[in-house]
Amino acid sequence: MAYSIKVNGAQYDVDADGDTPLLWVLRDNLGLTGTKYGCGIGQCGACSVHADGAVARSCSVSLESATGMEIRTIEGLGSGGQHKLQAAWVAEDVSQCGYCQTGQIMAAAALLANGAKPTDAEIDAAMSNICRCGTYNRIKAAIKRASAQA
Amino acid sequence: MTAVVNVSRRGFLKGAGVATGGLVLGVSVPALDAFGQQVAPAQPGRLNTFVQIDPDGTVTITLTHAEMGQGVQTALPMIVAEELDADWTKVKVVRASAIPVDGMEPAAMGTGGSRSVRANFEPLSQAGAIARHMLLQAAANRWAVPVGECTAQDGVVSHGSGRSASFGDLARGASYLTPPQTVPLKAPSQRRLVGKPVNRLDAPEKAAGTAVFGIDVKVPDMLVGTVVHCPVWGGTLKALDPAPAMAVKGVTRVVPLEASFMVIGTGYWPAHKGAQALKPQWDLGDNAKNSSEKIDAALEAALKKTGAVVVDRGDAGSTAKLVKKKVTATYKAPFLHQATMEPMNATAWWHDGKLEIWAPVQDAGRERYSVAEAFNLRPENVNIHVTYLGGGFGRRIGLGFLRPAVEASKAVGRPVKVIWSREEDMTHGMMRPVAAARLIAGVSADGTPLTWDNRLVVPSVSAQLAPSRVRGGVDEISVHGADELQYAIPNQRLEYAMPDAGAPLGFWRSVPHSYNAFFIESFIDEIAAAAGKDPVQLRRDLLFRNPRHLEVLERAAKESGWGTPPGARRGRGIAVHESFGSICAHVVELSMPGDTTIKLDRITSVIDCGMAVNPRTIEAQIEGGMVFGLTAAMYGRIDVKDGGAVQKNFDTYRMVHMAHLPPVAVHIIEGGEMGGIGEPGVPPIAPALANAIFAASGKRIRTLPLADSGIDFA
Repeated sequence: MAYSIKVNGAQYDVDADGDTPLLWVLRDNLGLTGTKYGCGIGQCGACSVHADGAVARSCSVSLESATGMEIRTIEGLGSGGQHKLQAAWVAEDVSQCGYCQTGQIMAAAALLANGAKPTDAEIDAAMSNICRCGTYNRIKAAIKRASAQA
Repeated sequence: MTAVVNVSRRGFLKGAGVATGGLVLGVSVPALDAFGQQVAPAQPGRLNTFVQIDPDGTVTITLTHAEMGQGVQTALPMIVAEELDADWTKVKVVRASAIPVDGMEPAAMGTGGSRSVRANFEPLSQAGAIARHMLLQAAANRWAVPVGECTAQDGVVSHGSGRSASFGDLARGASYLTPPQTVPLKAPSQRRLVGKPVNRLDAPEKAAGTAVFGIDVKVPDMLVGTVVHCPVWGGTLKALDPAPAMAVKGVTRVVPLEASFMVIGTGYWPAHKGAQALKPQWDLGDNAKNSSEKIDAALEAALKKTGAVVVDRGDAGSTAKLVKKKVTATYKAPFLHQATMEPMNATAWWHDGKLEIWAPVQDAGRERYSVAEAFNLRPENVNIHVTYLGGGFGRRIGLGFLRPAVEASKAVGRPVKVIWSREEDMTHGMMRPVAAARLIAGVSADGTPLTWDNRLVVPSVSAQLAPSRVRGGVDEISVHGADELQYAIPNQRLEYAMPDAGAPLGFWRSVPHSYNAFFIESFIDEIAAAAGKDPVQLRRDLLFRNPRHLEVLERAAKESGWGTPPGARRGRGIAVHESFGSICAHVVELSMPGDTTIKLDRITSVIDCGMAVNPRTIEAQIEGGMVFGLTAAMYGRIDVKDGGAVQKNFDTYRMVHMAHLPPVAVHIIEGGEMGGIGEPGVPPIAPALANAIFAASGKRIRTLPLADSGIDFA
């Protein structure tokens, strides 16, 4: 049957099984490939999106349960990659392979919502996403750079 | 010296969507594969890399190497732009095609061995310098002045008379000129871009989420599939009833192969769900009895026997009387998986006798030939489009992860993207082999090591991937990093044995250096402790023949505050190791709040890479390599049970996270021959960490990962 979900402000009808993870709906049905598949078990965070403003690992959210939620992906974060976190990511030269970075940015964006200025410890606690290239310290620098902006 | 050819009239880059009418130069970069071996016979003058200057001033450089995070997509154009005196904001990169352009040589696409910048520096510098000279000549011709009176800067040629013209304006005129044979390159002091920290060209699209990785490829009319291999390495598929998968909505086809099967459908999830619904009957074969215990027993047996002699230097008998103390230790390292964040995938389209592949591959030039051979196609009918790689680390080499996509497209006659689940990726990889070493040192009364006896046991990667590199029972890919001991110890012996592991092996960032540095740099620390010497002092005493190593050691000691008291339950550990032409040291400073819990307080890294093209990338690579090695040192381990891998995902193949990391400072030393950057940061971290734990606690850990000894982050 078809489900109706709201992604980046637009409503979509999706003809897929209700147990399909939101991750694969975004990628294969809606063509929003900025959200990445990493582990499929909610461990790595590469698939992080916002669901009703909170960070969610889209591999572990079913299509059925996503109906009625406001979903935001990296494509809807800032217009044309211009969110202050995306600018900070470029300024701090964070990305290496870059595969995990959209998930990292989505996790960071939820952390900085409502003008929060997290401490180092709060950043450490919130950022559990895996990066195999080892960009963690630059990610932290970019979050601090972005949070320092009003 | 690299020949540079004017190919402006041949329209090379048309396919890449680049405007024509400007200046196009071609150069021949040595076509080495990721092993460092020539892909095709050398044909001097055959071109594979192009620099184009368009009438609008855009400078386009073809990128032959894969961008997998190491920064070649920025460093290689920097080299051209430096000698060209280009406006950096007008430089862009297009990916080279794996297929020969206009009968030309396939690109030098092998990306591995920390080799890309080193291999390209001279040819790309020449191309840039010659292009600049031709633009200067075009200006001189236009203004009727001597070329020596014209200068170039930031994409503009100027003359003392006040006249100036942009590169774009001069490109057409330059395109009619014959390139000079050689042009002197800049002295280091004249460089404006190379050696300066430059942000990555791929940073914006990677932050925006628009960068296209292999897994993101979309081809019209494409299906998506997934692959399931026999859980036992070497097993085969006996029988498969496709019906349960075909009943899943969206599944269009089940394709059985010899040792695996694929389920293909309208998207990954239907394919995955279909695959999970199947009950394949496997012929598990003899390897089903293989286990970590069995492999460890083979290592232990080999450690007890004399191996093939790799190094036998000095005369240990002559100094026997001076040896007052023997130090003996046995070290072990486990199987490791690369665990690229992007799981294995490839997209293939077999149509009209031609095969097109889109994939995140480290070596498209080589794979083009291996695919052609495997599927009985002519190489000119196979093309590979290289995407961004979501990590490589040595995993994305070889035919293995391309084959399922090709088989799938062949079976269904449509383009198919085959995505491996994380579980398939982790259990059917090409692992860093297990390794063990038994080390014995003879130490004099004053604490000087006089003999060094290393018996190294490592299942051979080359025996599986490049058999010609095994000679006389020695796999050179296993012994690098142990065969040329940096320390001046008069009597040295290295033996090697390669028991069969019954497991698929491959390259893992820094390859043999990853274990050899742990063995050697841990053992030198043990010798220091036995001799009552400071670990830096002992290394200093033994590095007098290697001034670069000594400088790295001294710099690391200075920057880390080595020698100042670390405080109670705290310690520092150091390790120095050369790999891929660079010398790297890490100093780990840590606290041990509990008997087995650690908190990293600070990591100081020093890298002598001879010459720095982009220091911003070098810092990132050394720090990133350190984190990669730290993860392995703390947690990395693939166990073998019932002939297959036990760890299947990140819940059991654990990772270091942001919260575990301390501040990291990377210091760069220049002044020698250029070395590699992608890998040298990995090897010294495991021994530096183990040495720091010893310094803080007196506990010497000789087996990786440290978690096996109960060590974890506090």
